[in-house]
Amino acid sequence: MTEGVPHTRHHPRWLRPRLSTYWWLQRRSYFAFIVRELSSLAVAWFVFYLLALIRAVSLGAMNYERFLAWSRNPAIVVLNGVGFLLVVYHAITWFKLAPQAMVVHVRGERVPGVLIAASNYALWVVATLAVAWLLLRT
Amino acid sequence: MEPLLWLLFSAGGVVAALLLPVLAFLFGFAFPLGWIGPPSHEHLWALVRHPLTRLVVFGVCTLSLFHWAHRFRYTLYDGLQIQHLGELVELLCYGGAVLGSAMAAYVLWRV
Amino acid sequence: MADRIKLQVTRYRPEEELEATVQEYEVPCPKEWVVLDGLNYVKDHLDGTLSYRWSCRMGICGSCGMTVNGEPKLTCATFLSQYGGGPVRVEPLRNFPVIRDLVVDIGDFMKKLVKVKPWLVRAEEKPQSEGEYRQTPQEMDEYKQYSMCINCMLCYAACRIYGLDPTFIGPAAIALAQRYNLDGRDQGAEERLEILSQHEGIWGCTFVGECTEVCPKHVDPAGAIQRYKLTAALETVKAFVMPRGGT
Repeated sequence: MTEGVPHTRHHPRWLRPRLSTYWWLQRRSYFAFIVRELSSLAVAWFVFYLLALIRAVSLGAMNYERFLAWSRNPAIVVLNGVGFLLVVYHAITWFKLAPQAMVVHVRGERVPGVLIAASNYALWVVATLAVAWLLLRT
Repeated sequence: MEPLLWLLFSAGGVVAALLLPVLAFLFGFAFPLGWIGPPSHEHLWALVRHPLTRLVVFGVCTLSLFHWAHRFRYTLYDGLQIQHLGELVELLCYGGAVLGSAMAAYVLWRV
Repeated sequence: MADRIKLQVTRYRPEEELEATVQEYEVPCPKEWVVLDGLNYVKDHLDGTLSYRWSCRMGICGSCGMTVNGEPKLTCATFLSQYGGGPVRVEPLRNFPVIRDLVVDIGDFMKKLVKVKPWLVRAEEKPQSEGEYRQTPQEMDEYKQYSMCINCMLCYAACRIYGLDPTFIGPAAIALAQRYNLDGRDQGAEERLEILSQHEGIWGCTFVGECTEVCPKHVDPAGAIQRYKLTAALETVKAFVMPRGGT
């Protein structure tokens, strides 16, 4: 570039420091951001996990049992445990940011952010209970 | 194109946030570890066979996969600073999501 | 409470050196002094060659943005006493090229600001005889927050996307575009949409949220950007579903 060229009024040499590849380790908020983004991997994992489960179910009771046995494998349990934490982190950060991203007007008045966050969490509880009920009722 | 992908990402984010935690908890370790008795095969089979279930699950899978694709694409750009591989990254991510959705369609169709 | 504090200030003298260096100065530290006071003491008493920008010294002009102990701050609004005796590291604002010492070039932002048309755009002006444009307090509340921007560039310094990709239009520019888009008197939303919906526009943002964290005027540019993403996305869908055969 202009390295080594003497700086003159008509040939200024501005300093442009480069960004480190490890910029995301330099601040807690950046690190939390990257964890949030990587939670999407956990989302993708559970999609495949669920599809594997459904495949096993559709192939018969034995396959279902085999799937359950496989999911008892300590490596899989750990993976699912970490994945669960990441997915929960995704949900929490998503609902926390929702009021910032969505401004809702009801009859000309702005709905306070707290209400938007609360209704998201309420919906989460309802969805959780509904799914649990569907799966656990006999 | 970008706005559409962002809408898919957002919808996927909502859906994943609402439904995946409980599913991950139950099928990820509550059932396998016996904390809660896993549902019987007949019950799950009846549940999964229902066309509404299949439709909802397909929606959840597809949207979640596109959520992952969009987010992961940007993470690769920003985290690894590899914008110059832009097209390859897009192919990997969105292509992966399309493939995954096709897989989901197949699995749910053949229930 | 120590009554003197060390400032470790970045120096860059392009006519003498190729790299930036750090120079340490010891300045008095009365309770009410801010970092800017410390720098002014250096310039007045210790080293007149130190170059930096400042003006109003009360957080409204946006000139004195610098990186203090790694954080983008207005030096006129950052008390020396909060650094517990120091030393305090003062560097130029990040993500901008450094001209000299603590002075950065913000020409990139100035170009981008003009592109988003930060003024009221009207299809037709109301004739003066019809009087002024009137606005209810609620209508002003819609955009008031985004009008608080003082162009201090702290958000650009904090924005990781801008750091990685200088073509990104940036938080303040989008927040200012929103200030006009959401103003009931403005009719320029469509014109701004074209600029903002490019890849270097809003779609580069990944909602890290650092811009909102560092903004000294609580403008919440991150919120402005996310809201605009939804607006822009819906506009695109509408245009696709109901294409207008030429306005």
